[in-house]
Amino acid sequence: MNRYTLSTFVALLVGSVLTSCFSDLDTEPLNKRIITSVSVYKDPASFKQFLAKLYGAMTLTGQRGEYGQPEINAPDEGTTSFLRTYWSAQEITTDECISAWGDPGLTEFHGQNWSEQNGYVQLLYQRVFINIAYCNEFIREVTPRIDGLSAGEQSDVKMFVAEARFLRALYYYFALDLWGNVPFVTEADAPGAFLPKQISRADLFEYIQKELEAIEPELAAPGTNEYARADQAAAWMLLAKLNLNAEVYLGAGNTRYTECLTYCNKIISTGKYSLTGQYKDLFLADNDRLRNEVIFPIAEDGNNGRGYGGVTFIIHAAVGGSMDADGAFGIASGGWSGNRMTNAFVDKFADPSGDTDHRAIFYTNGQTLEIDHPTVFTEGYLCAKFKNLTSTGAKGQNPTFVDTDFPMFRLADVYLMYAEAVKRGGNGGDLNTAVDYINQLRTRAYGNADGNIVAADLTLSFILDERGRELYWEAQRRTDLIRFGVFSGDVYLWDWKGNVKDGASTQTHYSIFPIPASDRAVNTNLVQNSGY
Amino acid sequence: MKLYSITRGMVLLCFLATTAWAQSRTVTGSVKSSDDENFLPGVNILEKGTSNGTVTDAQGNYSILVKENATLVFSFVGYASTEVQVGNQTTIAVTLSPDISTLEEVVVVGYGTVKKTDASGSLAVVSAETFNKGVVNSPQELIMGKTAGVSVTTNSGAPGNTSTIRIRGGSSLSASNDPLIVIDGVPVSNTNLGGSPNILATLNPNDIENFTVLKDASATAIYGSRASNGVIIITTKRGGKDFKVNYSVTGTMYTAPKKVDVFSGDAYRALMNEQFPGNNAVLKLLGTANTDWQHEIFSTAYGQDHNLNLSGTAKKTPYRVSVGYNNTDGILNTYNFKRTTASIGLDPTLLNGNLKMNINVKGMYNQNNFADQAAIGNAIAYDPTQPVYNGNKRWRGYTTWTTGGPEGNSINLAPGNPVARLDLTDNTSTVKRSIGNVKFDYVLPFLKDLHANLNLGYDYSETNGHNNVRDSTQWIYLPTVAGGQINPYTATAKNQLLDFYLNYSKELPNINSKIDVMGGYSWSHFYSSGADSTMNQKSEAATRVNVYETEYYLLSFFGRLNYTYKGKYIVTGTLRDDATSRFAPENRWGLFPAFALAWKINEEGFMKESKTLSDLKLRLGYGVTGQQDIYGNDYPYIPTYTRSDNAARYPFGSSFYNTLRPDGYDQNIKWEETTTINAGLDFGFFQNRLTGSLDVYEKKSDNLIAYIPIPVGTNFTSSLTTNVGSMKNRGIELNLSADIISTDNLQWTVGYNVTYNKNEITRLNLSNDPNFIIPLGNVGGTTSGTIQVQKVGYSRASFYTYQQIYDTNGKPIEDAYVDRNHDGVINTSDLYVYKKPDATVYMGINSRLNYKNWDFAFSGRASFGNYVYNNVAANSTYRTLYNSMEYLSNVSKLANDTKFTTALNTRFSDYYIENASFFRMDNINVGYSFRELYKEKLNVRIGAGVQNVFVITKYKGLDPEISGGLDNNFFPRTRSFFLSLNATF
Repeated sequence: MNRYTLSTFVALLVGSVLTSCFSDLDTEPLNKRIITSVSVYKDPASFKQFLAKLYGAMTLTGQRGEYGQPEINAPDEGTTSFLRTYWSAQEITTDECISAWGDPGLTEFHGQNWSEQNGYVQLLYQRVFINIAYCNEFIREVTPRIDGLSAGEQSDVKMFVAEARFLRALYYYFALDLWGNVPFVTEADAPGAFLPKQISRADLFEYIQKELEAIEPELAAPGTNEYARADQAAAWMLLAKLNLNAEVYLGAGNTRYTECLTYCNKIISTGKYSLTGQYKDLFLADNDRLRNEVIFPIAEDGNNGRGYGGVTFIIHAAVGGSMDADGAFGIASGGWSGNRMTNAFVDKFADPSGDTDHRAIFYTNGQTLEIDHPTVFTEGYLCAKFKNLTSTGAKGQNPTFVDTDFPMFRLADVYLMYAEAVKRGGNGGDLNTAVDYINQLRTRAYGNADGNIVAADLTLSFILDERGRELYWEAQRRTDLIRFGVFSGDVYLWDWKGNVKDGASTQTHYSIFPIPASDRAVNTNLVQNSGY
Repeated sequence: MKLYSITRGMVLLCFLATTAWAQSRTVTGSVKSSDDENFLPGVNILEKGTSNGTVTDAQGNYSILVKENATLVFSFVGYASTEVQVGNQTTIAVTLSPDISTLEEVVVVGYGTVKKTDASGSLAVVSAETFNKGVVNSPQELIMGKTAGVSVTTNSGAPGNTSTIRIRGGSSLSASNDPLIVIDGVPVSNTNLGGSPNILATLNPNDIENFTVLKDASATAIYGSRASNGVIIITTKRGGKDFKVNYSVTGTMYTAPKKVDVFSGDAYRALMNEQFPGNNAVLKLLGTANTDWQHEIFSTAYGQDHNLNLSGTAKKTPYRVSVGYNNTDGILNTYNFKRTTASIGLDPTLLNGNLKMNINVKGMYNQNNFADQAAIGNAIAYDPTQPVYNGNKRWRGYTTWTTGGPEGNSINLAPGNPVARLDLTDNTSTVKRSIGNVKFDYVLPFLKDLHANLNLGYDYSETNGHNNVRDSTQWIYLPTVAGGQINPYTATAKNQLLDFYLNYSKELPNINSKIDVMGGYSWSHFYSSGADSTMNQKSEAATRVNVYETEYYLLSFFGRLNYTYKGKYIVTGTLRDDATSRFAPENRWGLFPAFALAWKINEEGFMKESKTLSDLKLRLGYGVTGQQDIYGNDYPYIPTYTRSDNAARYPFGSSFYNTLRPDGYDQNIKWEETTTINAGLDFGFFQNRLTGSLDVYEKKSDNLIAYIPIPVGTNFTSSLTTNVGSMKNRGIELNLSADIISTDNLQWTVGYNVTYNKNEITRLNLSNDPNFIIPLGNVGGTTSGTIQVQKVGYSRASFYTYQQIYDTNGKPIEDAYVDRNHDGVINTSDLYVYKKPDATVYMGINSRLNYKNWDFAFSGRASFGNYVYNNVAANSTYRTLYNSMEYLSNVSKLANDTKFTTALNTRFSDYYIENASFFRMDNINVGYSFRELYKEKLNVRIGAGVQNVFVITKYKGLDPEISGGLDNNFFPRTRSFFLSLNATF
């Protein structure tokens, strides 16, 4: 081939290569698990899978089991689990729990002296709001697509959207309770580079109330939906909690105890709910059977839903010392020697052995009651309430990841709320019914009528203590202590409160968490909560 | 032919007619070379001051018509130019001598070459004879300490280890800070496949001719999109005219020069009795042995490296074939590195010399046994009072932390028996890699000064490995306790490259200029995929399977213009338009210009007579380079959803549903741009006995790509890779090289280089809050602690700690810190920036002495202003001695310095940020050469030497040189002793 032919050939080759290569720049993901937003809704199964993420985000941390594809960046992926950090914020800051790990963020929790740079506050904040962003995306993308579906699918997907709105209201409720004045985004705010505006606590309260009232008719009737999905009873429960705490959220004098009673009565009058026979069964690996008492759970499964947050954290962190992790708790991989009780809380039970009041499920072998060194796990009584064993004693499926579900809303709490709302002057209930409900709890706890009370015993102080005895370690305590005005200050001192052995007074501004410094730095619309 | 002579005659007549007044003559002659007396074809002969020229023919003869009083200039690549006054002669025979310095001066600058004296950018060349000798595993160590502005830190002492190479400090935060590595014109991908130890480990150091380091933007701009952090161009050796055979063998012995100073068995027993007096629950766990665990896992290792290469010219095609074999053990027991390399380089010339080709194919086959490197940390932490074996049946006889006696259940989170970890782990991989390219350089038939270049390259690699652990081991408890693990993985990468450019180069003697124009197009494709899964030894229990597949493309158009006036004023301009598939179409293209001026002051009249100053060149350069190398995501701008795997499902009713999650994305992500301004002076004194260069530079990076927290609620992730800030690097570099003694029998050259670099983050987010920080740098021993930050006004990755309070004896008081904001509370608001890991000043010194047949060389480096967080010391407190899960741990004796017992927040104290300035003697070697044995062609050199001879530092940890500044269970650097034999025939 002579030079000229070669030159022409080269020129043609180059020319054709050039034009075809420009389209290479529009390459799309090759991995089958990653789907562009343009094509994802072509598959009708996508709607329910996205809904599964909205629920799953209460405990799971990413798209790969155990760890691996998280949505929140943290050195330890397990700490990005909602249940893990919410539970820590609601329990470790109180008399119900002290951690032996010495992690700086957790030490500040129990000492009630955190700053706006506390890592756990930041992780919880990021998790709550990323879940809100997911709910917004669901409502935004799915609602316009309902019309294109078949008739059968339409009714299902409409209920999905209602449940997404419920979950969003639930996450905003946590935001309301933890931070109060938070950034506010709805489905009208598409993702992009903008700065969300801050909403006041009072306005957020009204928003949550309105949302729940609006979706009430669209949710499933109580107890009729698939297990783990929200229904009207869950919405009523959330409304009851919202209104019970109204004075905390809206300021002194703004009480809504009547509204609280309305919703408690709605739940009780369905007749679908009753207390389980054995208290301890509510916290075992087969507690998903207990739909009679559990109104709304966070579901866990040791093989199919694995992560280091959720109930896996609650169980592992509480196990250590001389406890038999394998035989007595179903977690053969071992405990993490973290959480135990303060003696101030153990004192709420007249008999901590559990023989009289069976709700006192403590482990004391090799443990001292007094805690002289916060980081020594063998000091302080251990809590053996949550286990990865079934009610027949069989171990959970997996030696590390547990099957035990978390009972977020249950009937016992409704009875206690009823009693408290009546005591605080709400209309729609009466004292005798309240005493009766409490005695149902006591009878279950004692196995007989020995622990029953009379109307005169039903004081507010008794109610706070009874809430502790019934609902300890169920992520309620901080909210309860704040409502009763004993979280801060020195009215109620417990060991190592304020990082002092016998407890010290703490400042009241700690009853609300600070907006994390990392978000305030990037979002200049946010004004910090006072005191920080 | 006849027509041609007639025409020539007519031309001559015309010429005579038009220039009748000027007399002219024809000069003929021949040119030969002085080294072998052969006639030289292709020599350029130019009538000075005109464009009248010719070339010698195949026999070295020439004929040229010149005016009276003409001067003829004879020039040929690789030979010193000669000028001859014609005078009255009609026959001039010329002998040209090879100019070795000219050969050295030709440097590869990216799509072309340039003489070093004509280069207008800041670059440095390190060639084979100045390489650190004795290096066989890791090519990057060849240039450690040789060049100002280039810092090479080996990341560990493991053979075939990766290194961190930084040129002028690096200009990115989250995007890659690695320089671009180009091997024979093919840019090599920086990402490591899992299981492959080092990208540069594909090269055998024996095959490398030189490294050219391009430092400033005018030099790197031609690589535009990937060159923000500098470029290292590696050229491999080519075949020469004569047939040569070379064989070299090196045997090396590796030792661990220093171990972490931990308590011995007896000292530990004494310490425990002192700290836990009468506490039987703790003391009953002590044993009676005296085990030095580090001694159990480290031992002296041996390695051998062979290399055979043949080069020459066959049928007018220069070739070089090389094969190499390396088998090296690591000082950590069971660690092994084996590498077989083969490479072929052919440089055929076709079409009558008009088409020059370079064909390179390199293949590498590498087998690794990575061992279980967690054994290093466990050896420091393991109780020295326990024996290695305790005769149990359940745990294969290795001492294991258990509850209820040696046959009891394992304490899974306790340290694992280090010897068991090494014996029972099979962590091996096989890597096959091939890099190759074909380069065509074609002289266009209608225009001799126009060359067309086409370069087609590929880089394929495939890794297969597994990390398996036998059952009945305590430290593997997932998926089942004591179930062991099987973890196979594979990874594949396929990269292709196409470069095409036209190059036009012309001397314009009538305006005393030379121009060089180049324009071209480049396309690259990067594809990688892989899979791994984990299960227990019985292949049961739910597995974690991970599959990934990803790719991206780069396209660009580029051009360069080089203009030289009077041989002493040089102007270079470069423009590049790059596109990447990683950004959205609106942000995809980036334009990167560069501009440089050089002035060869020594060519000026007033300088030419100087006896002292033999070289002086002033260089000024400005350029913009781009960066788009984001880790982990090749599609950051596309909104996508990810479906979960089967182990992250949520139940509804009795069914499990995979979850579908919208992923975070940034539609607007765009190029990170670095603008560099460089001023440099190259100088030479005393006939270049002393040469050097001085450079002053400033690099500003804008639209820094960083991974930062974004406002919550605005996207589907808490942190996003986005453009977010600016950073500045400023510095001065000085390079000196002196031929102190230069006689026939004795030559002594010393080189010294020093760099001062100051790095500062100038902006981090759009709201400009001065207190904003990005935390990074995980602290080992905590779940969420970090010790470094990116903060405006400070150096990259500065340390962020509490300020320690000391007692009257200078000892730190446990958990007592200064309340910097005076609010009465010690919490995270009292952290402050204290020191940084990057060095402020670093220097290198090297010396080569030749006396007759002896040679002696050494090379060392120093670094100042770099600090390291001693995580090993931070974890060594008395609190660590006893864990409430009922096991004991050893600690470093540094625990006695602090005597901390509760250690709540002590890991975050500035007490553990230590000054890690050091001087290290990298290499001392001596050799003797036997020359002209056997037919006067055989040369043999035998050599011996030491690598990592000594280090001087105040740092209390194992080694002050830690890339990234966090010292936690570092694989110790070895001290090695080698013997080598190198024979050339």
